[in-house]
Amino acid sequence: MDNNIGPKRLVVGAHYGLRDWLAQRATAIVMAVFTIVLLVLFLGAGEFSYESWAGLYAQQWFKLFAFVTFMSLYYHAWVGVRDIWMDYVKPVAVRLLLQVLTILWLVGCAGWTVQILWRV
Amino acid sequence: MPEARNTKRFTNIHITDILRYRLPLSGIVSILHRVSGAMMFLLLPFILYIFDLSITSEISFAYLQGFASHWFVKLLILGLSWAYLHHFCAGVRHLFMDAHIGLSKEGSAKSARSVFFVSVPLALLVALKLFGDF
Repeated sequence: MDNNIGPKRLVVGAHYGLRDWLAQRATAIVMAVFTIVLLVLFLGAGEFSYESWAGLYAQQWFKLFAFVTFMSLYYHAWVGVRDIWMDYVKPVAVRLLLQVLTILWLVGCAGWTVQILWRV
Repeated sequence: MPEARNTKRFTNIHITDILRYRLPLSGIVSILHRVSGAMMFLLLPFILYIFDLSITSEISFAYLQGFASHWFVKLLILGLSWAYLHHFCAGVRHLFMDAHIGLSKEGSAKSARSVFFVSVPLALLVALKLFGDF
């Protein structure tokens, strides 16, 4: 079963290709479903006001749904932005720096998202 | 794949060649998918700032209404709306292609047209809503 030893050992790639490709699709579906649910609730609410908008996120199920969607967004963005760096940035040091900055950027955004969502 | 060994290694085209390349419609959809994604990634703090204002309190909500009446903020919101619409439609097209639907040259050109057919009018609608008076 294990072909990954001796002279047959794979020495290239980190094997995150398929996993991240799949994660990108799964997170995209989460975001698409959220978009549709949000649109239906939003258009069904009639007059747009602070009460109706914030009231949406005050419900526990919707808050968690929004949270899961935002986290999906950040994972999705990580895969996509890393693809951009891998395609266009060839010097390893610069690419690594950009990838680290991307992670910091997204983790920062995730923290802010939690703060916003749990205020209402 | 023995034949693969004879092909040249993939390299990016030089940046000065970009404008000379005539992309097919599906190529334009593809590069705009990337551009719109990068745009939304870079503007994430702006998106979160707007979301924060909209939801935190009635005071911040009222402040947002004033903030969003500035033409440049409207332009950013319009740009982001287009980016979301295009990314969404092109993404759905990707999912269909993952399921082996519309992989032919004709099918792919047709779905590329559909992406613009949906995303551009909706973005124009957002533009009318933002800059028009209805």
